[in-house]
Order: sequence, then C-alpha cells, then structure tokens
Amino acid sequence: MSNAELAGVDEFSKEEWALVDEAIEKYKGKPGSLIPVLEEIQAVTGYLPESLQRHVARGLDVPLSQVYGVVTFYSFFTMKPRGKHRIRICLGTACHVRGAGRNVDQLKKSLGIDVGECTEDRKFGLEVVRCLGACGLAPVMVVDADTHKQVKEAKLDKILDGYRDEPDAS
Amino acid sequence: MVELTIDKKTVSVKEGTTILEAARRVDVFIPTLCAYEELNHTPGACRVCLVEVDRARSLVASCVYPVAQGMRVRTNTQRVRRARRAVVEFLLSDHPQDCNVCVKSGSCELQAIAELVGVRDVRVDRTDFSTHRIDDSSPALVRDTSKCINCLRCVAVCAEVQGVSLLTPEGRGFDSKVVPAMAADLADSACTYCGQCAVVCPTGAIVERDDTEKVWAALEDPKKHVVVQEAPAIRVQLGEEFGMEPGSLVTGKMIAALRRLGFDRVFDTNFSADLTIMEEGHELLKRVKEGGVLPMTTSCSPGWIKFIEHFYPQLLPNVSTCKSPQQMFGALAKTYYAEFAGIDPKDIFVVSIMPCTAKKYEASRPEMRDSGYRDVDVVLTTRELGRMIRQAGIDFVSLPDETFDAPMGRYTGAATIFGATGGVMEAALRTVYAVVTGEPMPDLNIQPVRGLEGVKEATLEVGELGEVKVAVAHGLANARKLMDQVADGTADYHFIEIMACPGGCVGGGGQPLPVTDEKRAKRAEALYRDDCEVQEFRQSHENPAIKQLYEKFLKEPLGHKSHELLHTHYTQRGV
Repeated sequence: MSNAELAGVDEFSKEEWALVDEAIEKYKGKPGSLIPVLEEIQAVTGYLPESLQRHVARGLDVPLSQVYGVVTFYSFFTMKPRGKHRIRICLGTACHVRGAGRNVDQLKKSLGIDVGECTEDRKFGLEVVRCLGACGLAPVMVVDADTHKQVKEAKLDKILDGYRDEPDAS
Repeated sequence: MVELTIDKKTVSVKEGTTILEAARRVDVFIPTLCAYEELNHTPGACRVCLVEVDRARSLVASCVYPVAQGMRVRTNTQRVRRARRAVVEFLLSDHPQDCNVCVKSGSCELQAIAELVGVRDVRVDRTDFSTHRIDDSSPALVRDTSKCINCLRCVAVCAEVQGVSLLTPEGRGFDSKVVPAMAADLADSACTYCGQCAVVCPTGAIVERDDTEKVWAALEDPKKHVVVQEAPAIRVQLGEEFGMEPGSLVTGKMIAALRRLGFDRVFDTNFSADLTIMEEGHELLKRVKEGGVLPMTTSCSPGWIKFIEHFYPQLLPNVSTCKSPQQMFGALAKTYYAEFAGIDPKDIFVVSIMPCTAKKYEASRPEMRDSGYRDVDVVLTTRELGRMIRQAGIDFVSLPDETFDAPMGRYTGAATIFGATGGVMEAALRTVYAVVTGEPMPDLNIQPVRGLEGVKEATLEVGELGEVKVAVAHGLANARKLMDQVADGTADYHFIEIMACPGGCVGGGGQPLPVTDEKRAKRAEALYRDDCEVQEFRQSHENPAIKQLYEKFLKEPLGHKSHELLHTHYTQRGV
C-alpha cells in the first residue's frame, strides 16, 4: 500500500506513514535492524498496532511472527495506544505496604481502564512499575516527569485534574 | 579435539561439541524434552538435561554447555536426579493434569520423562487453566497452549524446515506462550496445516483434529454406504502403530483391518494416483507442446497448495490444475462408482486414510464438491486409524492379507511411490515417456529423483520433446528455494514436484510417532519394494482399472468429464 492509501489507517497521517517508511528504508537489508526500526516507528506513532507490524514485516522482508514476537517480548513496545499523560504507580514493597494497590484500583475505576491501557480520549495511560527508588516518599505516583509523594486515594482526582485542565497543545 | 570423561567414560570430541552430544557418542543417556536432534534444536529451554560438572558452581544444561579439556561430567548423581525431578515437577505445575484423557497419553514425551525421572507428586500450586481457550478453528490441527512447555520445537520446524515462520513465542516470562503471528487463530493464519509442528510437539499442545467419531457414526448408520481409500504411504506406516518394524509393507493387513472395522468397500488412493498421472502427464505434455505456463508444479500435496496460495500467489498459474489423488477419488466415488454400483451418491460416505493433516483441510475446501456432494466426507490420519483398530480390538499383526475391492482398488508401482519424495515425478516421467515415444523407458527406475536430499534435479531425453528438465523438493523451505528461482525467471525446469513434508508423505503430519530420517527412508524403501517387486504393472497407463475408467466413464485424459470432476482452481491468499 502507498502512504496515501495508508493515511487514516489506525489514525496515522500521511506524514506519519512517510516517517514510518523512512525508518524502514534506512535499515532495510541490515541484519539486526528490527528493534531499531520498531523503536523509531513507535517514537512517531506512539504504538505498534497490527497494521504497522505487517507493514514492517513486508518492508524488512522478515516474518510477521518475528515482528510480533519482538513487540510482545519487550515491555518498551506496545500494541495499545499510550495516553498523552503517562501515570506510573510504584508497586515496590514500600509503596505496596502503604496502600499503592488501593491507588491502582481507584485509578482503574475512575479512569475506566486497566493497567496497560489508556483512556478513550487518550489523555491518560496507566502503568505500574516495581520500584522507583523513592521509598521514603511511599506511596509514589509519577505522572509524566512529576513525582507525587505520599499519595492517598482521596488525592488522586485532584492530582489528575492538574493534567486534565492543561490546554491541549496539539 | 577435546578429551573429557562422562560418568567415568572417556570421550574425545571436537571443540564446541555440547556435553549432550558427547554423552550420546559414548551411549550415556541424558533425558531431554526440548532438544530435537534432527532439527539441531537445543534452545536450552526445558532444563531437564542438567548434569554435574566438576568445579562448576551449579548444574549445567548439557544440551547447550560446550565441552572443555579435562572436564569431568556426572549425569547420575543424587544432586542431578533431584534437580531433574524438580525441573519436571515445575513443568507439571504449569501443565494440565488430564493425562488419562489426553490424546497424547502414551506417546507424550513429558509424561514419559515425568515417569523416567520419578516425579510422584506435584507440590507446587498448579496453574488454573479453567478459562483457557483451545484453538480448534482449523479443520486440521488443534492447539492447546495450556499443554505447551515452550520447547520451541514447533517454532523451529515451522521456520527452518517449512519456511513458513508462522509460530512465535509471545510475551515473556511465565506468561510466554507459542502462538501464530498476531496471536491469530490457525484458520485465520498462513498455516499450511502440514502438521510438522504436531510431529515434533513433545506433548498434546498441537495435535491432529480427531475425526474418528464421525467415522464410527457413519459405519453404524445403516443408510450409509461407507467406502474408504488409503494414501500410498499408509501401507508402509500403519504397521508401526502396532509395533512392527519401520518399513513393513502391510497392504494386505491394512485392507483386512478396514474390512473388519466395517467399511463397505475398501478401495485405494493408489488407483486415483495412477489417474492423477494420466491427467497430470497429459497436462504437462499439453503445456510443453502448446507453450503453456512452465515449469508446471505438482498439486498433490495440500500443504504445498496452501503454502503457494499464501507465499507465491503470483505463481499459481504454474500449479497443475489436477486435483490431488484423494480428491479425484472422492469425486469419482460419488459419480463413477455410484453409477457402477447403482447407489445414490447421497448415501455414499467417503473416508480417506491419509498420512497428512492438511488433507483434512483439503477435503473441506469449498470447491471440492464437484460430484454435487462433499467429495471426501472425513479424513483420518494414520494415527487415528491406528486408534480405531485398537478400539475395535483387532489384532493387526496377526491379520491375514486381503485384497482391494473393484473398481477403484487396482494400482501400479507408479502410484505407490507417490508416498515418497520424487515419486510423483518418477511416475509421471514413466508415463510421459511412454506416451511420447510409444515405448517404456529403458530403465523405469529414475534414481536421481529418489532419496532424502532437499532439492533434486534430473534431465531426461524424452523422444521428440528432447531434453526434459525436472526438479523435486520436499519440505517447504526447500520448495522456497525452487519457487524463488521460478519467480525471478532463473529456473529452466519443465516440471517440479513439491511435497510439503520432509521425505514426502512417508514423513507427513499424520504419520506414526516418533519419526526419524531413518524411519522415513525405510518407509520409502518399502514403497520402492512395492513398486518393483510386488506390483504387476509399474506404469500408470498400464493399470487395467484406469483403462476401464477411461473407456466406460471419462473417455479421455483432459476430456470434458475430467475437466468437470478431476481439475480445480486455486485461491490467491497472500500473507
């Protein structure tokens, strides 16, 4: 398929598809190029849905199973769209004993998504991490680059509101 | 060379050899689950092959650990035995405990290893599989990932032997499992249904779809006239299901067993294999004489057909339009035989016994209904037939030899060698030569197309046609080599035979297990024995039953009726 035909597939623009093809072209025929290609493409598109994986497999002339195997193996790659704001809840030991699990449940409920998913408006994505090394601040929640300390369930909505209200740059 | 001792036996091997290979050299047995010698597959995944190496801190996986000078290996110490047992116990903790009702019971490697290492209890919390979904979307194979132990043999055989690369490990860690690309159902994938994954699977994670109940039901239905056909390879495989030596030619016992199971007529796919040669041979001649698309490729192997539909759809015009012998038989059973016997074709039930899982799919293809009914109703693999014979309490080994029924039971040596790689080519050349020159080939044995080499070539002087150049490949990765040449125009062959499975049908996805190249070769030898020692005729056009079929029904090769019943078309699928 040409870029024009692909435009609109999985919401990627013609320009984004052009960048996708550029990444494939750059690495084509070089051994071990699958991971860097996927990395560059995900930087453009935010995630790697089936259509993109098929496109990469064809472009690099590697089996689709290999692309799929790599995408599912590395947690860095995702097949689901990521939210504009990335919420990471620490579930390390210290955070866990101080109620981080309840925070996760509360966020799942209020955002209406599971861990690893993003909200329908693509505003927020929810992830859990094992330890952020900030145990003294437990329970810790990181939104984008901001660390929030001693987060209680009741404070969650207010914290998120600060990101919700932010004018959409795009 | 490196010298080491394994259980006090001294062995000298090349540098880079693994401990496991070295141990095998001196007949020291080390249990393994994931390793598969023929695939050269040692992913070090199952950890069952742990051994003790002096001065090594921990036990090592012998299948991936290279030997070193002066190394002292011990394979049977208390520490090793305990570790093996623990490893298998952990494998079982993530495996359903339904062995008694599993189709692989008795031929399961995990079950055998658990017994061997002496697991008597699984003390770890077992995985809950209650919500687990089984992929039974395809007519040929059933995948149950709950039984998968991640040995990755199927991944290796799919990629390296078959060049399909459909299967892959998905995810990582405990949740990792083997799936088709994009976790698609088999029915929605580029799976060729060759079943080589089921052949190498150590457990019940990939098995043939069991259709034996459908056949039992038909046999009990008084309204059904049940006829059966058996592929060439069955007569050299079936004995193994009952402990006979590989390479036992059991045609007579096979017929006797099928009669005792209650089939109304025992016919033979070899009859329609001879017919295939008549049609395909004339098709080749027509293409050569009239400037048709060349090289022409064979079309008997349904795994090959699905492969080319997915991976080389642009080359479909090269494929012979002839149906496979199985499907030719089905179409004729419900027309020619129905007429011959005066039976309403709607009451005829055609069962095939095939060494193949893809044949189940082939019979279900929507275009395979040229008789006005589904041409072949049920396809059973050799393994399923073995099960039915055991269920019926038939003592196969001591059965007398019986003979086929008429009019679809006679065959020539040319038909029987269809079961081995190169056999279709050899059979076709015998008849093409005779049709062109009016006399039989001086030597009917065409050695260059026989044997287990991946790609074989031969050139033959055929009368006025001049030089005929042919190629033979088995295993789809080998087929790829030829098709890449055809696609880029560098292949100057007239005729190419492709069999999806290594060794051809004798190594098919439905064969008795386990299999080795040695067994494949012995089965093939038995077919060549049937060809040159047992059969009266060795050229398809000499088959009296085929002559009668053309005289009374089809009239001529490639004629109107043939076109209607015996030829087909293909579907462009892509990947």
